[in-house]
Amino acid sequence: MHHRLTTPLTDEALAPLRAGDPVLLSGVLYGARDAAHARLVEAIRRGEPLPIPLAGQVIYYVGPAPAKPGWPIGPAGPTTSGRMDPYTLPLLEQGVKGFIGKGSRSPEVRQALVTHRAVYLAAVGGAAALLARQIRESRVVAYPELGPEAIRQLTVVDFPLIVVNDIHGGDAYQEGRRRYAR
Amino acid sequence: MRTLSVTHIQEQVTRLLVQAAYQLPQDYLDALARAQDREASPLGQSIIQLLQENAAFAQQERVPTCQDTGMAILYLDVGQEVHFTGGELGPALEAAVREAYADLRKSVVKDPLERENTGDNTPPIVHFRLVPGDRVRIRALMKGFGGEMMSRLAMLTPAHGREGIRRFVLETVERAGPNACPPVIVGVGLGSSFDGVASLAKQALLRPLGQANPAPHLAQLEAELLEAVNALGIGPQGLGGTVTALAVHVESAPTHIAALPVAVNLNCSAPRRAELTL
Repeated sequence: MHHRLTTPLTDEALAPLRAGDPVLLSGVLYGARDAAHARLVEAIRRGEPLPIPLAGQVIYYVGPAPAKPGWPIGPAGPTTSGRMDPYTLPLLEQGVKGFIGKGSRSPEVRQALVTHRAVYLAAVGGAAALLARQIRESRVVAYPELGPEAIRQLTVVDFPLIVVNDIHGGDAYQEGRRRYAR
Repeated sequence: MRTLSVTHIQEQVTRLLVQAAYQLPQDYLDALARAQDREASPLGQSIIQLLQENAAFAQQERVPTCQDTGMAILYLDVGQEVHFTGGELGPALEAAVREAYADLRKSVVKDPLERENTGDNTPPIVHFRLVPGDRVRIRALMKGFGGEMMSRLAMLTPAHGREGIRRFVLETVERAGPNACPPVIVGVGLGSSFDGVASLAKQALLRPLGQANPAPHLAQLEAELLEAVNALGIGPQGLGGTVTALAVHVESAPTHIAALPVAVNLNCSAPRRAELTL
C-alpha cells in the first residue's frame, strides 16, 4: 500500500509515514547536489536572497543525464546523500520537509530530521531511466554555470520512493538489516 | 606485422561505450534473475524487479541505465605485432570518450581542488598491456562513483591470512551499506604492490558474472566471501535482504614476502562494461 503525497509537504501529511513504507510523490522537487548545496548554504549564511523557495519543499539529490530529444530530462537516479550531510541542517532550518537520495545519513542529520519533522526518502539507485519517466518537466532555475550540478525544478507524477527516515526516528536501513542479518 | 588504423579504433571504442551505457551485460541480467529467486525480502524482490524493468526500458529507449556513466576506464591488451597507423592512439581514445559522452552526463572535473568540469568527460583512464599476437583486445568499464567512493585498500601482513582478508572485505561492504547501490559486485585484489592490488580489484570487476576464479583455492575463497557478505543482511538498496552482493570476484598476483595487500573495489547494481577484439 503506497502513501500518496503531493508537494509542498506538511507535518500532517508526514505523520503517518513509517520507515520502510513505499511512497508515490507528485508535485515539484528541487534537484541539487554537492556544488549547488555549497552555494545555497553559503547564501543562507550570508543572509542573501535564495534562488528557490525552501519552506515545505523537497530536495532531490540528483545530477541527471542529458535529455533524449523529446524527453524533459535524461535518466535521473539518486546520488549518495551522505555527501550532502554537512549542508542539511541549514536547509532544515529554512523549512525543507523532505530529502530524496540514496545511502545512509549521519546521526546528526537523522536527529535533525526528527527535530524539524522532515523525512528522508530513498529513490532506487540504478533505476534512473524509469525514474526519469515520472518526471514531466525540468528546468534549470539556479546556477546554470554548474552544468550537471545546476539546481533544477522538477515536476514529478507518482515518483516512486521508500521512506528511510521518518519523523518518529525510524530508520529503514537499520531496521531492514536487523531483520535479515544472519 | 599487422597495421591497425587509430581512426578505426576510435570509432569502435565510441560504439562500445555508447552501447555499454544503455545495454547491461547479459551475464549480469542472468545473475539478477537468479538473485530474484534467492531474495527473501518482499521489498528487496520489488527492488530487483525495478532494476530489471529499468534495464529493459533503458535498452529499448537507448538511454543510459544510470545517470552516472562515471569515468571511462579502458584496458587495452595490445598484440606486439600490431602497428598503429593514421595518428596517435592516446588522443584517438580520448576523442572516442568525448564522442561517446556527448549525450551522457559529464562527470569529470579537471582538478580535484579547483573542480572545474572538463565538459566532455575526458580524460579516460587507460591501461596498456603488451601481449603476444597481432590483435588488440579492448575492455571498457564506465565506472560510477557510488561504489568507487566506498572502495578501500589495506596493506595487511602475512599473519592476517584468510581471516584478515575476510574481515576487511566484510567491513568494507558493511561500511558501504546502501551507498554503493547494492546488490553490489565485489572486486577483491590480493597481492602485488600498493598500486598493483588496487588495479587487481578493478580488473576483478571486468570478469563476467557466473565465472569463478580458475584457481580452486581462490574460487573457494570467492564462494565463502559471497556467503558471508550476503549474511550481513544489507540487501537490495540497503533496505534489508538476503542478496547484498551478486558476486565476489578475487584476482591475485605475486607479492612481497612482507605483505598481504588487499583491495576491495565495489561495483553498483549497474555494471557498465563491454569488450571487443580488433
